Amino acid sequence: MTALLDVRHLTKRFGGITAVDDCAFEVAAGTITALIGPNGSGKTTVFNLVTGYARADAGDIAFDGRVYTRPEPGTLCRRGLVRTFQQARVFPVLSVVENLVVGAVRPWWALATPRASKADRARADELMTDFGLSHVADLPASQLSYGQRKLLEFAAVLMSRPQLVLLDEPTAGVNPTMVSTMERHIRGRNAEGITFLVVEHDMNVVMRLCDPVIVLDHGAPIAQGAPATVQADPAVLDAYLGQ
Amino acid sequence: MTRFGVARGAVFVALLVSFPFVVHAHWVLNIAVFTLMYAGLASAWNLVGGYAGYPSLGHAAFFGAGAYLEAIWFHHHSIGSGYLPFVALPIVGLIVMVASVPVAWVAMRTRADVFAIVTITVLFMAQTLAFNLRSITGGSQGLGIHPPPFANAIFERPFYFAFAAILIVAAGITFLTSRSKVGLSLLAVRADEDKARGIGVHVTLAKLTGFSMSVWLTAMIGAVWAYYVSFVYPQFAVDPLITIAMVLMTFLGGRATLWGPILGAFILAPAQQYLAYTYGASRLYLLAYAAVFLLIMLFLPRGIIPSIADRQFARRRKARVDVAGSSTPGQVEQPVAS
Repeated sequence: MTALLDVRHLTKRFGGITAVDDCAFEVAAGTITALIGPNGSGKTTVFNLVTGYARADAGDIAFDGRVYTRPEPGTLCRRGLVRTFQQARVFPVLSVVENLVVGAVRPWWALATPRASKADRARADELMTDFGLSHVADLPASQLSYGQRKLLEFAAVLMSRPQLVLLDEPTAGVNPTMVSTMERHIRGRNAEGITFLVVEHDMNVVMRLCDPVIVLDHGAPIAQGAPATVQADPAVLDAYLGQ
Repeated sequence: MTRFGVARGAVFVALLVSFPFVVHAHWVLNIAVFTLMYAGLASAWNLVGGYAGYPSLGHAAFFGAGAYLEAIWFHHHSIGSGYLPFVALPIVGLIVMVASVPVAWVAMRTRADVFAIVTITVLFMAQTLAFNLRSITGGSQGLGIHPPPFANAIFERPFYFAFAAILIVAAGITFLTSRSKVGLSLLAVRADEDKARGIGVHVTLAKLTGFSMSVWLTAMIGAVWAYYVSFVYPQFAVDPLITIAMVLMTFLGGRATLWGPILGAFILAPAQQYLAYTYGASRLYLLAYAAVFLLIMLFLPRGIIPSIADRQFARRRKARVDVAGSSTPGQVEQPVAS
């Protein structure tokens, strides 16, 4: 398997604390890779470094054969790497359909074109049908439930037809029905060829959904492999339960 | 565009054009000229402060730059007088706009309160330059434009129509912006700039486009003002009060709406001018400004037009609930932001 994303020796220090310490791992194309670890192990910081929301002190990433020493969120998005946020960041003032249309990647001169082209609108309709958001299409996103906002954020990053999607806790804070809905969507999109890197706290979800699993502790991977292997790894048990 | 929107625009333009033919009193026309000036300024500010959510406090610098450029250009009668200074407006606007791009590019790397402070610094830098570049600006002595040769009976008319034309252009730009991807991108920037960047929105370009259009309009208005008052002094051409008026009027009418800044200017500008006439130049109206601002913040934090839209939205929703007995969110119409 080829590595779609290659994280190479990323390091990030906040003052005296090393949040991410010489962290290196690969995400193979076509997988749903999980990134897990105890609280404060640096998962979200790794996400921020990879997507350019924070600047690494050392190291770089390679995505789809290109090396990025200073990744920039907009550039990565246009090349096919997008992310979601833990808090379901959508644009509350925009309607659901506008939230989707705004995420359609277009060349710069398209700024002078109408808000939603026919193609964008069709793509948005397709996604809204898929994600069960059609009946709220024209409502401002501020009126949606938290679960619906999570779905909307997920749908919005798919507008740009990405190759790799980084999901930051896709099932945190939503009800059990929504958890299985989210799982179904991730699996469905994965079957269509999108690779996922998922930070997740719910171990049941991780075990059902992801392979391989990468375990982070103190900002560096301590184990990786199939879910069952990782679960039995003494180093992982040690990191989670302590001594 | 809805049929109602077209009708509203047509009526507005018709009233605007016919007004100076109906009213002849100079003092009323003078107030009207300043009202249109502020309506244009507020509409221009709205592109940056409203749509993009970048509260620029430096727009008076671009107003002043336009005023000085016009004054320097038409300082001598030999260059041209009469209607020529109006013809030159788009060029004056363009020059100031191009010059403002590096300023905007740096300033817009900061956010919110820092951006406000950076832009207000730009304002005071512009004023200091106007005071001190004596060979160009005449310093505190000011700079005269050859007085306009218009007949006394219709003296205000050319300026009235110049401001009206710029206002209509500003409204047109605002309308097209709100309907295009620039407007959508700017609203996304206002809501969550980092997120917008991460989903591939051309954030920097959208911000610079909004800012440039805003500066172009502001500089042209400054140039017309310079010709109208025919004498430019640093403390009046680059006046923080002009910035404050732009902000206040937009907040009163409603940010990121087409009619909000115009409505705000039509309420505040005549009131300000009237108070100035009645109580002399004692700047008592500044107290009124402060009071208005406090009232807006207390009762209409989102401005008049968005508040009305909210109320209509709630009423329509209630009406549907009453009729149907229950409401599904899909049937509810979205609030009208015109």
